[in-house]
Amino acid sequence: MTKLHVSTTINGEPAEFLCEPYDTMLDALRGPLGLTGSKEGCASGDCGACSITLDDRLVCSCLMLAAEAEGHELRTIEGMAHGDKLHPLQQKFLEMAALQCGICTSGMLVASDALLQKNPRPSEEEVRFWLAGNLCRCTGYDKIVRAVLETATDMREQGIREFRQ
Amino acid sequence: MNVITNNKWIGQRTIRPDGADKVTGRAAFAADTTMPGMIWGKVLRSPHPHARIKSIDTSKAEALPGVKAVVTSRDIVDFPIDKSVMLGIQDMRWMCRNVMAREKALFPGHPVAAVAATSEAIAARACELIEVEYEVLPWSVEIEDALLPGAPILHDFMKFEGKPSNIGGRIEVKKGDIAEGFAAAEIVIERSFATRPVHQGYIEPHACLISVGADNKTTIWSSSQGQFMVRAMTAYLTGIPQSDIRAIPAEIGGGFGGKTIVYLEPLATLLAKKSGRPVKMVMTREEVMRATGPTSGSKSTVKIGATRDGKIVAAQGTFYLQAGALPGSPIRGAVGCSFSPYDIPHVLSVGFDVLSNRSKVAAYRAPGAPIGAYAVECVLDELAEALKMDPLALRLKNAAKQGTKAAHGPVFPRIGYIETLEAAKAHPHYTAPLGKLQGRGVASGFWFNAGGESSAQVNITEDGNVVVTTGHPDIGGSRAAIANICAELLGIDYRRVSVLIGDTATIGFSNLTGGSRVLFASAMVVTQSTDKVIATLRERAAKIWEIDPEAVKWENGAAHPASPNAGQFEPLTLAELAAKAPQMGGPIGAGVQLNTEGAEGGFGTHICDVEVDPELGIVRVIRYTAVQDVGRAIHPGYVEGQMQGGVAQGIGWALNEEYIYNKDGKVDNPGFLDYRMPVCSDLPMLDTVMVEVPNPKHPQGVKGVGEVPLVPVMAAVANAVHNALGKRFYSLPMSPPKVLEVIEG
Amino acid sequence: MTDIQYLSPRTLDEAISAFAAAGSAARIMAGGTDLLVQMRSGAVRPGLIVDIKKIAEMTTIEETAEGGFRVGAAVPGAVLAEHPRFGKVWPGVLEAVNLIGSTQVQGRASAGGNLCNGSPAGDSVPAMIAAGAVVTLQGPNGRREMPVENVPAGPGRTNLLPGEILVSFTLPPRPKGASDAYLRMIPRTEMDIAVVGVGVSLTLKDGVCTTARVGLGAVAPTVLLVEAAAKALIGSKLDDAALNAAASACSAACRPIDDKRGTIAYRTKVAGVLLKRTAAIAAQRAAGGN
Repeated sequence: MTKLHVSTTINGEPAEFLCEPYDTMLDALRGPLGLTGSKEGCASGDCGACSITLDDRLVCSCLMLAAEAEGHELRTIEGMAHGDKLHPLQQKFLEMAALQCGICTSGMLVASDALLQKNPRPSEEEVRFWLAGNLCRCTGYDKIVRAVLETATDMREQGIREFRQ
Repeated sequence: MNVITNNKWIGQRTIRPDGADKVTGRAAFAADTTMPGMIWGKVLRSPHPHARIKSIDTSKAEALPGVKAVVTSRDIVDFPIDKSVMLGIQDMRWMCRNVMAREKALFPGHPVAAVAATSEAIAARACELIEVEYEVLPWSVEIEDALLPGAPILHDFMKFEGKPSNIGGRIEVKKGDIAEGFAAAEIVIERSFATRPVHQGYIEPHACLISVGADNKTTIWSSSQGQFMVRAMTAYLTGIPQSDIRAIPAEIGGGFGGKTIVYLEPLATLLAKKSGRPVKMVMTREEVMRATGPTSGSKSTVKIGATRDGKIVAAQGTFYLQAGALPGSPIRGAVGCSFSPYDIPHVLSVGFDVLSNRSKVAAYRAPGAPIGAYAVECVLDELAEALKMDPLALRLKNAAKQGTKAAHGPVFPRIGYIETLEAAKAHPHYTAPLGKLQGRGVASGFWFNAGGESSAQVNITEDGNVVVTTGHPDIGGSRAAIANICAELLGIDYRRVSVLIGDTATIGFSNLTGGSRVLFASAMVVTQSTDKVIATLRERAAKIWEIDPEAVKWENGAAHPASPNAGQFEPLTLAELAAKAPQMGGPIGAGVQLNTEGAEGGFGTHICDVEVDPELGIVRVIRYTAVQDVGRAIHPGYVEGQMQGGVAQGIGWALNEEYIYNKDGKVDNPGFLDYRMPVCSDLPMLDTVMVEVPNPKHPQGVKGVGEVPLVPVMAAVANAVHNALGKRFYSLPMSPPKVLEVIEG
Repeated sequence: MTDIQYLSPRTLDEAISAFAAAGSAARIMAGGTDLLVQMRSGAVRPGLIVDIKKIAEMTTIEETAEGGFRVGAAVPGAVLAEHPRFGKVWPGVLEAVNLIGSTQVQGRASAGGNLCNGSPAGDSVPAMIAAGAVVTLQGPNGRREMPVENVPAGPGRTNLLPGEILVSFTLPPRPKGASDAYLRMIPRTEMDIAVVGVGVSLTLKDGVCTTARVGLGAVAPTVLLVEAAAKALIGSKLDDAALNAAASACSAACRPIDDKRGTIAYRTKVAGVLLKRTAAIAAQRAAGGN
């Protein structure tokens, strides 16, 4: 059985890889693409640690076939910072201790960024329901929610609408 | 003890030194690592809860193209039943049977063989080709079934009171005379409780990458709570000497006690040795849920007697905890901690370790204590209600303090339990108004905390900064706290201190990350190492100034003359002394290795508000305040984080988490869909109050904080639900169907 | 998993050819949020995956000439939510589709996939049934239509013929004073499979219920259309007596099982409770004059 050849765009740059037809996008990211920032917690779409965006839409990369990436635009945790300049969410997570072990953090940040892109003024309830698909076992979510709300305020006050390469 | 009070860094919310990599996806967890030539390992697991293994034929698997090695229990060192070999608290007789079934498969998911092949798909296919002949045996999962007369006995060698039994052990803690105690009681409440097994729920599955050279030199990357434990267990189980194994702790994606033993490492090591290739093994979520130890299910009975004025005179507890397929449930925690917050003259606390055909239990955050506290704190709530006393007032009246002989034996030194009760009572949460169908509950809890071995190395770089190497995996932000301490002692900016976790080759022996001991132990050795470095720096300055080292003081990152009498000299900074190091005596650094002592237990008092939907039986936690005596909050953000994390786990345990078994004895919910941990929208903000009563036996007053927060939670939630509904709950989880049943009588 | 082929045809005819030719070894893939989970667990081992997301008719939302909606079967819930008008006309259908899974899942999961997966607990199905949706199917023998409530055949099974693909849902035009709602009972606040799901669509004229349809999920081998519950509501002012009667009808229609998500007794009770709450929301929306 021959592998599929996929051409796609990841974090604004062209990328290509070989994969099996049954490989998920998460398999492709962590395998041939060497982008191990997205994590596998469950491989069944229940934990969100593999979150990426597909054409600016938040999805679980474990619930997408790698083959589907052809011709689309993907963004992963590796594309959030600009060189050594952290995204405001990343900086705020560090300042507010919104992570402990860090395994859920990639997914949380990608998901939170997707929220703020869609809704720059979320309420606490909106943040909590948006992030319901991102499991965290260490923090009890408190500091994560606070960090997202504060970053939303900061970004509005500084007139930052998006933070893209 | 010299607790630093004029703090620049201790008590500050600094940025953790490992943070940038964690928020950019760069931090290397075990499954992120690769090595050239790497192949993949997979495990074949028993489908049966209990079966004799009559034969295993691996020939077809070995013949499959791409398969490089196959391992069975024959390859694993046997520890004979008649001789206990302890590694910490783990008995290697059980460990060697847990990592792979020997004579019998003891639970569904028990490893029976392992394969390494050039792709995951081939390894999985090879497992399907292994032919195992099983003689299926009767089984039991639940405690009550395992204890029935005629229940299938898991191990012929296990005897209790002279007869073959599924009781793996019994322990007891006694104080005074329990009969005398109850005779003096004017009110006695006795209740029985049941809890289900729950999993630690770490989001990162177990993973390792292991390479074994032709000379046996072995390198292990793994997700674990202790690289020294990994090295030792792997050595014991594979026969490779410890000195030939280098165990490197990868960043760990959650453990909570569940990663204080090994599952994959011995198998991957043997596969790597046999194949001559590095082997990577990663568990699926289903494997984690089926085959790694959740904590015990339990059946407990607690009886408390008091006089009408609220003084508790007698307390008795009997705790049956599920061990799983091999001995070792955390009865010590249930028996030893549950009554410890109270000064009770007569106590009898007994625990039974009950074996059954489910996976062997693994430690879970204050192992055993949350189970015991659930029962005791609920009975205390009933007692308060019967005596028409405020529940916090009842606890204050009986609170343990300095000088109290704890139920589990020691005499308490200066502790902070009363402070937590008073802080809870004074907190606005305690008197905030409640709405319709809302209720409030309180509960307290205690956990021993541990000390133990730790090593550290503090080295000054040639450019005058600091590298600290410690020995414990960081699961809660300990690197941040260590940076705060070292920077404080040296009087320099915390960003000039790099904190790394060494592996077994680069740092001295350090015991597990667990027992709420990492900061306690590592802070002690880092402090001593830094003190030695400071002594060296003073000597170097003294040499340069040609005065006595006694006349030199170290302050704000530089050496100064201790007084005008010592002479007029410009301060010598850390950078200046580092630059002169080669000429002035050599490298500046010091290491300390200790078996640290002086760890003190911790206490928590929690307040929980719930709202109930009485038509659907749904309980939601709407407000939560956790008060804890934390010793000294070196980095408040990460101490709060430990408290909030423990509370969230306890809420899950109280309301929705449970292992569900089907009629074939298999786990029916081995995934995050139906093993229902709290999601973001399930919880409110979790408020914390850190009461600082410094540990007098620690240079910075540090006390362990990680485990206490789980202990009071289930009782706090259960007591709140009672306050909302007027009905008591004697079993967990309080899931909607069970709540509705109780509401409807 | 070996010998799997992946195709992403651009036309329905291509898709049907390939799908029909592969027989039972093939699976249609829309959002993949059920399929990939089943493949990973080994429950499903397809020889061919036909990805239909490049087929225009399956991924677009149109307003029909009569004033109804035609929603492509593969339209993700998140895309449906962004339509300027759909959610105003069918808030119940929209909320049902967007209760499936997490935000991430809603970015991909579709009503078509949810229906064809055949789970009795699929969130979108009770709402679609209550809405009176009609599905368009196309297969080797051509195109046909079917009321949505006739699609489920049992757990994991549908009444689609071999080679047939679900193309779109057609929702009827709404009279004034009509609205709908969907509620489910789950133990947490999100991320659970429905223990009971209720969809209610109704019309109010001068406070009197003139039309009603009730869909009930997770309490039988298929999602149910509960005509007796609707009958109890029609002609009433949705007073307590009418709501109680409809609730009892729902409880009576239950044929649930005891499983890891709920017991027979619990589901039967909750079906009635949810009916009342769902009908109340639908009525409030209908009276609110959307």
